[in-house]
Amino acid sequence: MERLEQIIASHAGREGPLLPILHDVQAEWGHVSEDAIRAIASALNLSRADVHGVVSFYHDFHEAPEPHAVVKLCRAEACQARGVEALVAALPDYPRVKVEAIYCLGLCSVGPNAMIGSKVHARLDAGKLGALMETLA
Amino acid sequence: MTVVRISDDALAIACGADDVADAFAKAGCSVERVSSWGMQWLEPLAEIDGMGFGPLEASDIARVLDGTSAKAIGRIEEHPFIAKQQRFTFARAGKTRPLSLDDYAVNGGWQGLAKAREIGGQATIAQVTESGLRGRGGAGFPAGIKWTTVANALADQKYIVCNADEGDSATFADRMVMEGDPFMLIEGMAIAGLAVGASKGYVYIRSEYPHAIAKMEAAVRASAHIVTPFVAEVRVGAGAYVCGEETSLLNSLEGKRGEVRAKPPLPALEGLFGKPTVVNNVLTLAAVPWIMANGAAAYAAVGFGRSKGTMPIQLAGNVKHGGLFEIGFGVTLGELVMTIGGGTESGRPVRAVQVGGPLGAYHPPAEFHLPFDYEAFAANDGLIGHAGLTVFDDTADMSAQARFAMNFCAVESCGKCTPCRIGSTRGVELIDRIRARSGRAADKVETLPQMHNARRAPRSLGDEIALLEDLCETMKFGSLCALGGFTPYPVLSALRHWPEDFGA
Ligand SMILES: Cc1cc2nc3c(=O)[nH]c(=O)nc-3n(C[C@H](O)[C@H](O)[C@H](O)COP(=O)(O)O)c2cc1C
Ligand code: SF4
Ligand code: FES
Repeated sequence: MERLEQIIASHAGREGPLLPILHDVQAEWGHVSEDAIRAIASALNLSRADVHGVVSFYHDFHEAPEPHAVVKLCRAEACQARGVEALVAALPDYPRVKVEAIYCLGLCSVGPNAMIGSKVHARLDAGKLGALMETLA
Repeated sequence: MTVVRISDDALAIACGADDVADAFAKAGCSVERVSSWGMQWLEPLAEIDGMGFGPLEASDIARVLDGTSAKAIGRIEEHPFIAKQQRFTFARAGKTRPLSLDDYAVNGGWQGLAKAREIGGQATIAQVTESGLRGRGGAGFPAGIKWTTVANALADQKYIVCNADEGDSATFADRMVMEGDPFMLIEGMAIAGLAVGASKGYVYIRSEYPHAIAKMEAAVRASAHIVTPFVAEVRVGAGAYVCGEETSLLNSLEGKRGEVRAKPPLPALEGLFGKPTVVNNVLTLAAVPWIMANGAAAYAAVGFGRSKGTMPIQLAGNVKHGGLFEIGFGVTLGELVMTIGGGTESGRPVRAVQVGGPLGAYHPPAEFHLPFDYEAFAANDGLIGHAGLTVFDDTADMSAQARFAMNFCAVESCGKCTPCRIGSTRGVELIDRIRARSGRAADKVETLPQMHNARRAPRSLGDEIALLEDLCETMKFGSLCALGGFTPYPVLSALRHWPEDFGA
């Protein structure tokens, strides 16, 4: 809770601080908990419903922790044109790794592409993607 | 000591540039991390004394250094991909270190801002108006008119908002500006601020761009003393495509759900926190320093019809020479795809080119004569959008692409209006039924007889297709913003040009 108060305080004085606060909370705990929503709402003088509404609108925020390592694989058009769907069809299954769809990483001439954390990986084929998943499994 | 220049943009890094840079450093070279030239099929690309080598792997560098590398491409500036361009916005690309204030100043940086300070706000707006600069984010609205509206509005506080949400597939020019030449964007925002009387600017960057966010944050800190009294701040999106729409973006900046606002009021009059606000795309703002430094006439002298100046065109998908190609408007689609892009990377025939991201139409090779120009594409049931081109070869399944477009709209809809929120989901169902008849992806199709409101006799294929067209019309004319309103472009163009993929 102390850390949460620190985060909220560090954005005091900013215009429209809710998204920056939620980003920091999501980065710190991997999700935005019920308790965090309550504390943020009270600090910003919003209703909990308001904050919940924002958290649930954006793909980046989650109200429950994600137990798996996440590979964000680009499934947008340019990566489709470069064969990402065939890659998906042949994906190996690692029980502790979740492959999530993301729409465009801005690396559209060298796809298929993926992002793990903030690291980007290009020119993926079955072997390269499998090796990346192996390191997370 | 040998000086080796290697890009540190996200694409180069994703292709392994850091490893290559390390290998050069270990071999005793002095490595400089610079912006990218935009020849992405050659990344990681190394430059030594003006000569290029790529795409490199760490194991290639011994041969690069002893002069026997088969990956030598000759003088970079003379490479046809570079030599054929008209680089205004990307004039420094490949040449400067992105976060070096010295490199920026020595290569023409801050001249536009100095000019604006010298001639004042009104004359600055006049320059931007005369240049003919139109918004590069998609709609092509004249920047000068928007700025004039904000300048004339009376308010205690005004804002400049840079739209760096760049969510369209096949677009990366905004990212390359932010990662390669961030001070140029800050200079453009500061000029806009001076012109309209706004002291504060926000850059709203999508969270999928961590490298761009880091560079822009560093650049904002490093240049604060130069652009003062203008203050810039970076804000990070949270993974919602619709937040690229300007009013949705403003809601997001205010800390709300990214729902689209009805217009009027225009953001120019009631924008961020209800104050007059300029919302411009990265490329729009980044073009301004050049216009101010070189004059409106020089900018307007290039282009085609009412599309003035240059456009950084992004070649992506299944294309041999993918990358960023900046040139005056008017170049034909066929030249871009076949000559500059070199056709498909797979070597198979081109089947379709999607222009303008997920809301853009699919064009067959029969339309390669189209000049790259806002009006020419609009007249042909298409759009140039943010100028991203996705090339597909003949293995593409166009009804699958139509389904993707509808589904993307369903996933990313802000939910405010019915034609988009419900229509897109109905559209996916319809396309699935149509596809099932041609033996495609039958597993995804609901079985009608089990639905309580199902028809007794299934519709004929012709009726289903007519229904899809009808639904598209409803979305086109009934949607509040271009997400629902333009999703029919990829769908209908696929249906029109490749009816065989819909079983017709
Ligand atoms: C669904 C949707 C997504 C959009 N995404 C972007 C975007 O990512 N970047 C952008 O600059 N404009 C985007 N736009 C266009 C903006 O609404 C707006 O026209 C633009 O930011 C204005 O700047 P400009 O005049 O400099 O182009 C989008 C529009 C819609 C309807
Ligand atoms: S068209 Fe779609 S995204 Fe746009 S306002 Fe309507 S529901 Fe929202
Ligand atoms: S489409 Fe995959 S990175 Fe842009």
